[in-house]
Amino acid sequence: MLEKALKGSRGYWIWIAFLLAVAAIGCFCYLQQLDYGLGITGMSRDVSWGLYIAQFTFLVGVAASAVMLVMPYYLHDYKAFGKITVMGEFLAVAAVIMCVLFIFVDLGQPSRVMNVLLHPSPTSILFWDMIVLSGYLIINMVTGWVVLSCTKKEIPPPGWVKPIIYISIPWAISIHTVTAFIYAGLPGRTFWLTAIMAPRFLASAFASGPALLIIFCLILKRFGRFDAGEKAIQALSRIVAYALAISIFFVLVELFTAFYSQIPEHTRHFQYLFAGLEGRHNLVPWMWTSAVLAFVALTMLLIPSIRRKEGWLAIACAFVFVSLWIEKGLGLVIPGFIPSPLETITEYFPTGTEVGITLGVWAVGLIILTLFYQIFVAVRSDIDGDSNRSGICERN
Amino acid sequence: MTTNRRDFLKIAGASALTLMTPAILRPSWAKEKMITPVSSLTAKRWAMAIDAAKCPPDCTDCITACHAVHNVPNFDNPKDEVKWIWTEPFAAAFPGEKHRYLANSLQQLRLPVFCNHCANPPCVRVCPTKATFQRRDGIIMMDYHRCIGCRLCMAACPYGARSMNYRDPRPFIAKINPDFPTRTKGVVEKCNFCEERLAKGMIPACVGACKQKALVFGDVENSRSDIWLLLDKRFNLRRRAHLGTAPQIYYIL
Amino acid sequence: MKNKKWGLIILGLGIFVVGVTFPIWYGTIKSTPAPVLSLDTPVINSMQNKKCVEDTAFMRANHMKMLNDWRDESVREGRRTYTAKDGQTFEKSLTGTCIQCHTNKEQFCDRCHNYVGAKPTCFSCHIVPREVKK
Repeated sequence: MLEKALKGSRGYWIWIAFLLAVAAIGCFCYLQQLDYGLGITGMSRDVSWGLYIAQFTFLVGVAASAVMLVMPYYLHDYKAFGKITVMGEFLAVAAVIMCVLFIFVDLGQPSRVMNVLLHPSPTSILFWDMIVLSGYLIINMVTGWVVLSCTKKEIPPPGWVKPIIYISIPWAISIHTVTAFIYAGLPGRTFWLTAIMAPRFLASAFASGPALLIIFCLILKRFGRFDAGEKAIQALSRIVAYALAISIFFVLVELFTAFYSQIPEHTRHFQYLFAGLEGRHNLVPWMWTSAVLAFVALTMLLIPSIRRKEGWLAIACAFVFVSLWIEKGLGLVIPGFIPSPLETITEYFPTGTEVGITLGVWAVGLIILTLFYQIFVAVRSDIDGDSNRSGICERN
Repeated sequence: MTTNRRDFLKIAGASALTLMTPAILRPSWAKEKMITPVSSLTAKRWAMAIDAAKCPPDCTDCITACHAVHNVPNFDNPKDEVKWIWTEPFAAAFPGEKHRYLANSLQQLRLPVFCNHCANPPCVRVCPTKATFQRRDGIIMMDYHRCIGCRLCMAACPYGARSMNYRDPRPFIAKINPDFPTRTKGVVEKCNFCEERLAKGMIPACVGACKQKALVFGDVENSRSDIWLLLDKRFNLRRRAHLGTAPQIYYIL
Repeated sequence: MKNKKWGLIILGLGIFVVGVTFPIWYGTIKSTPAPVLSLDTPVINSMQNKKCVEDTAFMRANHMKMLNDWRDESVREGRRTYTAKDGQTFEKSLTGTCIQCHTNKEQFCDRCHNYVGAKPTCFSCHIVPREVKK
């Protein structure tokens, strides 16, 4: 099936070439970082995690969102998702690979990364994160590939793949819960020390991931000769709407606890985010943009007449994705460090090299995703093309 | 052809797993007997008491001594800064305790702050490689050989005691002490309670450098030690004690 | 199986075999002399009985593992004293024991390491006093 990725239109190859160029620039920037050290980024003694870990946190959520296709179809027989579960699984693979790459580029001593496996530390959540992410990667690679090759051969998938698919459902929840636990168990960081961290992560994951999937479905419909079906896309958009509403609600309850209790340890971080603290307000425009986009997107998704128009739906989903990317990336990782445990405010701004490496990793992920989706579309158009030709009604 | 490829992959996977097995089932070789040289200092739990009222204003003797002995670099910018010990005003060291009517003596205080060598350390809990670990005598150690530079310990430390080497530190060390290694870029470092000096029977560099004897170092679980007797007599506070980290630096206020 | 491309296949195989055995035959054409290690340091010259921690054959084969063991035992377990096969005790320290005698890293350590292409990262942290004083 891999050979199907080698056949494409001019637009396809231009897109791949563009991504390869961005990845090459990222590679060059990474070599600079290896030479100079992580000081080439904007990270400091006070803000010791930045853009890389922010991307990692966000992308674990996108990876987990595959469960929003798998669960309705395999557990509840929601036939409309039948054709696109593979899309979700491939998105999970690309997202997990990006997560692993972001962690790798964030390490000060990347050549020692195997120490995590050579000297396992079960008390460390990062250790468990490595395990569950690797497991999730393997699960989705196997299920996505097997199901797609069986679709290609028009035979039902083998029996052994079903238990793996069922396991992927709680496993998806676990990867994002474990990632939330990295933050939620640190006693010194009052911004993150909240039980709602894991539910917040899951809610924003289930909004941003399916939103991205809807955008991909619409792109494939326009450029890729593959139609996921209006029923599937509308069901996904309803999932996004609900998850977004819950995600916004979770942020609002966080704000309530902080500002009604008036405990400075809690309020100061939110003050920095939304109003600025002691004249420092780097993130304020970002957070308000995220808030406005979230509410606008929610309104658009809740109004059926807007949601049903694919143009508006695409815009709404883009708003959701950007809003949650800001909120979960910059708006979660950075303010954990501001103010510092000693009450100082050190702001963070990514450097050019840092952005270059980040874009390079995104490009690598998008290359993998493009190749997978090209194979998927080729397989599906063979199937759908065949059944159209022989006049058999397509079973949905 | 498809069947052959599948079989090949199965065989390759099985071979890889078989080759990995000896590493996983590595037998633990017999350990040599522990010989503690007679000269080294030992304790049940090392701790330090700081009588900050004794610190002269703007005195940095302890900082100079520590950073010189341990080859701590001076990057001269707050972004890349590496520091093992430094001073903070009372309000920063004890963030919950500051208020408008604080005694003037407390407002003027600059307290030395450094790693608290907690009895219940969150940094050790989160380290994915056990590069930072707790010794039996209470010292929180750093194994710079194993550290992968993930900085989870820096996020976990409630006291901001740890520094990351964001750059190669060697060019920024004014005078290298050949008796102690430097670190390399990409690892996290912090105060180590001078464990290398304790092993040779010497007290920590900061304690030795303090002319006012404001730093009292000793075994807090030994009721005959100086530190125990001092803490028994004077009111003392620990930083952010409500977090349950059980820090072992006691501030006499 | 009559294949018109046999000539190209043989040529490709030939290039592959030549390439993959490069390390084996290149040494016979262009020989780099084996490294000669210099023990000419003030400390070694002043020693009556010029003995290392262990004998030369052992050190040549095992100093890498020995240093790794020293690293873990002294840092992680606090066991800082090494008892050699002949009963003499040493402190487990690269700078404090080995480099005290072998002060000429460039004429000693580096010569073999460069020859075999080993790049130990020890010296990015562990100090060679002569290099530091420069």
